[in-house]
Amino acid sequence: MSALPRASELGLIACTDCGLVCRNVPGDTRLDGDGVGDDMACPRCGTTLHRRKPNSYMRTWALLIAAFILYIPANVLPIMRTASLNDVDDNTIISGVVELWRAGSPNLAVIVFTASIVVPVLKFLALGTLLVSSQRGSGWARVQRAKLYRLVELIGYWSMLDVFVVALLTALVRFSVLSLVEPLPGVIFFGLTVVLTMLASMSFDPRLIWDGKDTDD
Amino acid sequence: MGMSSPEALLICEHCDTVYRRRTLARGDVARCARCEAELERHHALSVNAMLALILTAMIVFVQANMWPIVTLGLSGQQSSTTLWGMILAMWREQAQVVSVLVAATLFFFPLLKMLLLGWLLWFARAGRRAPGFVRLMVILHYLGPWTMSEVFVLGALVAIVKAHTYFDVTPDPGIYAYAALTLLITVFAGVDLRRLWDDVPAGAA
Repeated sequence: MSALPRASELGLIACTDCGLVCRNVPGDTRLDGDGVGDDMACPRCGTTLHRRKPNSYMRTWALLIAAFILYIPANVLPIMRTASLNDVDDNTIISGVVELWRAGSPNLAVIVFTASIVVPVLKFLALGTLLVSSQRGSGWARVQRAKLYRLVELIGYWSMLDVFVVALLTALVRFSVLSLVEPLPGVIFFGLTVVLTMLASMSFDPRLIWDGKDTDD
Repeated sequence: MGMSSPEALLICEHCDTVYRRRTLARGDVARCARCEAELERHHALSVNAMLALILTAMIVFVQANMWPIVTLGLSGQQSSTTLWGMILAMWREQAQVVSVLVAATLFFFPLLKMLLLGWLLWFARAGRRAPGFVRLMVILHYLGPWTMSEVFVLGALVAIVKAHTYFDVTPDPGIYAYAALTLLITVFAGVDLRRLWDDVPAGAA
């Protein structure tokens, strides 16, 4: 046993909902370790206990792939239409960033670029890397991978920024024939992408990073 | 193995390492020696202070939702909106999915979070568990990442800058209420709500 004992070695299990440390008998058939068929409930909050989040790999892959599929129309399709007397202008996420840059707010353009493009791409790359490396039981850069996961969790929901911008402008810019803003389908796909990537990062169990061979670092 | 009671132990939820719980002094943060995640931090806010913050947040939230956020002007015409104006506009414009997302993350979830916390803290103040404590604590845990008021403040700023090119923009009180709400959320961000499980022990119900 290492100097830093893990719950699974001690026959302990942490409740994912309330954090209570619960005892379970190692090898208990009700808690077979992969989360399938477990039926022991946390004595404090009643949530079913799992050593690891159930079907973590499969669920995370499924949600991540679904998010990626929706991310394509989210970027290709325009998210917003600006119509004025003599001009109709459809904006995609990228062209919105470019426009903001040209309008003289490079700082804000960088923020929107980060929230709408860097963060989603980072999430796909980061979760993909975490899934592949953990499934192979890799011992490579475990601390850094753990930090990467926490970063994804922390910044993930900021991607909703562009969705709120479109909603606010749609409600505000209603000057009959003079000027109108309408949402276009891209914004729906983008909103769903953000929700799916958030669900994907929640389904991933960071404890899996440490489960491979050589748990001792 | 002669281990102490489960409450005296702490398991890192990021890597499953088991620790003996230590008493933390003001400003202390316990970190996991294996994965460097935060294990626990000193409770800087008392139950009373948290309740006061929640009540303040509720008042500010009502203001943020009732008052217009920003007004645009174009050739003598004026146009302004509130949060619900946004939700209804997206519904009308065939973006119902977005409408529901905005309503949930900026209105219903934050409202539910504040009401639940207010209810739980009100009873915790008297050292009691509120009716429905266990179920409400679990709901609170799942609400966690789905409240996005602070993202909206940044979004409003971006929208204002974008609109500024074509319109006269006047910020309305709603945007200031949202800014104040963001400050309150930031103060609350460091609070681990799970502490209520320990603060109000079962049996005190």
